[in-house]
Amino acid sequence: MTTLFEKIGGQASVNAAIDPFYRRVLGDPYVSRFFEGVDMVKQAEKQRTFLTMAFGGPHNYSGLDMRKGHKHLVHEMGLNGTHFDHILAHLRSTLAGLGVGEALIAEVVAVAESTRADVLDL
Amino acid sequence: MPDISFEGITYDCAADETVLDSLTRHGVLLPSGCRSGSCHACKVKAIKGKPPVASQAGLREPLKEQNYFLACMCKPDEALEIALADASDKYSATVIEKSWLNDTVVRIRLTRPEGFNYRAGQFINLLRTSDQLARSYSLASIEGDDFLEVHIKRVPEGRMSNWLCDELQQDQEISFFGPSGSCFYVQGKAEQPLLLAGTGTGLAPLYGIARDAIRAGHTGPIQLFHASHGAEGLYYSSELEQLAAAHAQLTCTACVLQGDIPEGALSGAVDAAVVNRLGDLAGYRVFLCGDAPVVELMQRSFFFAGASMQDIYADAFSFTPAG
Ligand SMILES: Cc1cc2nc3c(=O)[nH]c(=O)nc-3n(C[C@H](O)[C@H](O)[C@H](O)COP(=O)(O)OP(=O)(O)OC[C@H]3O[C@@H](n4cnc5c(N)ncnc54)[C@H](O)[C@@H]3O)c2cc1C
Ligand code: HEM
Repeated sequence: MTTLFEKIGGQASVNAAIDPFYRRVLGDPYVSRFFEGVDMVKQAEKQRTFLTMAFGGPHNYSGLDMRKGHKHLVHEMGLNGTHFDHILAHLRSTLAGLGVGEALIAEVVAVAESTRADVLDL
Repeated sequence: MPDISFEGITYDCAADETVLDSLTRHGVLLPSGCRSGSCHACKVKAIKGKPPVASQAGLREPLKEQNYFLACMCKPDEALEIALADASDKYSATVIEKSWLNDTVVRIRLTRPEGFNYRAGQFINLLRTSDQLARSYSLASIEGDDFLEVHIKRVPEGRMSNWLCDELQQDQEISFFGPSGSCFYVQGKAEQPLLLAGTGTGLAPLYGIARDAIRAGHTGPIQLFHASHGAEGLYYSSELEQLAAAHAQLTCTACVLQGDIPEGALSGAVDAAVVNRLGDLAGYRVFLCGDAPVVELMQRSFFFAGASMQDIYADAFSFTPAG
């Protein structure tokens, strides 16, 4: 059985998605403020981790890590479900822009969706 | 099994064990995060021995070249001596020459200490021995030069810059740590277009990077932009002109925010002026240095103009917070 990560093209697909995804996120005033760190390159590296997770690739983050990692964003910067929806929309359009088929996109979005409660500390 | 040395102690690494796991087993806790090569928290440096290629996957080229690797992905095939990512040695050098490049920028040339190796564009941390005050200054020299060169901008009330401008004398000794930074030219893709843009003394590392790229045989176009608030902040115009005259692939352009515009210079905000001049930046390798807010602005604008984040190298000259 091939995994989602293999089907979508593995690390090469993550690499291809980073720039377009980060451009969409930074270009969206509704969510850009969360990502405007002093060090853009470091922020871009975090997109790599995010995309690897969403593509079902190897990572070592637990739900608890996701909760801890975003807690300050929820409680100090007001991260909420609408922001989450925006990120999913950017994920979707990035993949569509790279020519990924609808069925695979749905699988990726489902993986990301599964982290909602943890990311938003619900 | 290969040994791993860290901070003077040698540890054995079992077959199929990673450096991170081995050190953890010995009670040495390196910073770490995902343990799968994604987060780069466990990035360390091999100071002896060559880390396996797999342990460098995902690192940027300048880091690979400096033997950085991810401890969580490293099953060593040979003995390694490793150090934490920011470790650097201390050197001592003598001031050979001091000369003013404009009203507020002084050029200091130092002897190159034995054993000090660096890449053009990296910076050193100069140390004032009397009170251990340390500040970063970028190198304008290249490895082929037999001196080190820094450009110091006088900052009003600045402790280190005023001391360097006024007190430090020719023939005096000065200590420094380094080199640091990964804003430098890496060989390969000789035909790729390069964009070098900086404000003020941000020219220092860019001047080094441009000469280093040319020396390494770079054939693609090299676009260097030197930006300043006003024309009086520009310097090295004739050096840049000469360099461009000698190397057809290099173009140097000044950019001035306000006031009189020198002939051939661009005016206005440098990020917009560059995008206006060059258009689509897809495929460019970009080096940005100088004033932190302007470097961040350029990073963002050039990324939106098509440059890949992976191909943008930046050294923001952030200043040390007061206190
Ligand atoms: C990676 C790196 C490379 C650098 N390379 C160079 C270089 O090649 N040439 C160079 O001249 N400098 C360079 N710098 C800046 C340099 O390290 C010092 O920060 C600068 O010289 C000021 O130090 P100081 O001790 O004189 O001022 P401080 O005593 O630290 O500061 C005095 C006051 O001035 C303010 N201040 C400091 N800098 C500025 C500024 N630029 N604009 C406005 N206010 C300021 C401070 O907040 C403080 O209130 C670099 C910095 C970094 C991080
Ligand atoms: C959709 C599900 C999400 C997943 C799977 C996810 C995943 C991650 C991961 C793995 C990290 C840590 C990266 C690292 O440390 O290397 C991270 C950090 C971060 N995430 Fe998310 N994320 C999600 C949603 C969001 C949303 C909706 C936002 C904001 C709109 C957001 C903003 C951030 C920010 C700003 C960081 C950096 C935090 C910091 O460094 O302080 N994330 N995310």
